[in-house]
Amino acid sequence: MEEETHTDAKIRAENGTGSSPRGPGCSLRHFACEQNLLSRPDGSASFLQGVAEKSRERLIRNTCEAVVLGTLHPRTSITVVLQVVSDAGSLLACCLNAACMALVDAGVPMRALFCGVACALDSDGTLVLDPTSKQEKEARAVLTFALDSVERKLLMSSTKGLYSDTELQQCLAAAQAASQHVFRFYRESLQRRYSKS
Amino acid sequence: MAEPASVAAESLAGSRARAARTVLGQVVLPGEELLLPEQEDAEGPGGAVERPLSLNARACSRVRVVCGPGLRRCGDRLLVTKCGRLRHKEPGSGSGGGVYWVDSQQKRYVPVKGDHVIGIVTAKSGDIFKVDVGGSEPASLSYLSFEGATKRNRPNVQVGDLIYGQFVVANKDMEPEMVCIDSCGRANGMGVIGQDGLLFKVTLGLIRKLLAPDCEIIQEVGKLYPLEIVFGMNGRIWVKAKTIQQTLILANILEACEHMTSDQRKQIFSRLAES
Repeated sequence: MEEETHTDAKIRAENGTGSSPRGPGCSLRHFACEQNLLSRPDGSASFLQGVAEKSRERLIRNTCEAVVLGTLHPRTSITVVLQVVSDAGSLLACCLNAACMALVDAGVPMRALFCGVACALDSDGTLVLDPTSKQEKEARAVLTFALDSVERKLLMSSTKGLYSDTELQQCLAAAQAASQHVFRFYRESLQRRYSKS
Repeated sequence: MAEPASVAAESLAGSRARAARTVLGQVVLPGEELLLPEQEDAEGPGGAVERPLSLNARACSRVRVVCGPGLRRCGDRLLVTKCGRLRHKEPGSGSGGGVYWVDSQQKRYVPVKGDHVIGIVTAKSGDIFKVDVGGSEPASLSYLSFEGATKRNRPNVQVGDLIYGQFVVANKDMEPEMVCIDSCGRANGMGVIGQDGLLFKVTLGLIRKLLAPDCEIIQEVGKLYPLEIVFGMNGRIWVKAKTIQQTLILANILEACEHMTSDQRKQIFSRLAES
């Protein structure tokens, strides 16, 4: 018989140090925890901090599922673990690129490579590709696209903010042009890796 | 301006399929499509060209090409599914276009029929042993699959023993099954691996390199100390030398020789031979 324990907590604590990005006080976001949710391993837990994280994981997972040849590995789960070392803007795009490289390194059969490209629209309508955190914060809209390597088709898009239909098409075209640079970088770094052996 | 022109050319190149012959030995990425030799003439620079339908049997000569690991058939082309160097082997005799495969560096093993692997016995249930081979499922090994085993004369296999065997059933839909006899009923080196020694894990690419004919590393290692060594295609190596220290030295050398050039390796061997 399994017991699942759910815990929700919201903590506010006053802290004098100013290192927290949320201002002088230290307030943590809403978090939720689930324990013993898998029956096979000895222990398991799921910890969610903030609501945005869950959707980011879902987006990355859906992109990977579209590209990985899962039919070659039935009854098998592929786990991708992403660890944020530093966040300098365009985090979702960086996570997508990291996930693609990790899947290639593991030898998981894929039908194409994919890359993530982020772009920001500021109040004048200027398009900035691969925005920094500051540019993302000041932008009117931030759009992230996942594109595949075969025909630059759109695999996933995640947008936040206000933009018009033409602006969306412009951002998509700019992202497709930028993805060539990312794929060229993939090719060079993989060639370098195989040239060592 | 050169920049946009080169970018435009690359975009076209990325979407057009390349002839497999021209890409041999180069690094290929997942998603690339390769044309087989017989199709190159038909695919002109403008795309599909109409070929007159010929009733002559000779004109329709299909070359039978074997699609190896890392490649999948996609229509009448080959789709690359793993990153690595494209290799080709000419057919030894008879017809056929040979084998194409992608030589990739990978740590995770996927069971393949006919591969010789080293497994660890994890459970004994009734007449079947469960053997961990490093895949997603443990393989099953029947107690009758040993040389000279009968229902009365059971082999002496305990949980935790090392087994060297080969797969008879290994596909994505079924649990893998292995045996320790060949098709004639002889052990041929397979069975329970003896006492002592050290089992360690390396990448699959290194195993293939070490098992290639005329591998210098194995010859040099053999001159260094007398040793017993077993290679499993699942990335596991078992090694045993006279003393524990020699065994550990051999294990470290084999793990490190993946990243060493041949000169560095020769230096290390000569230094060890002196001491």
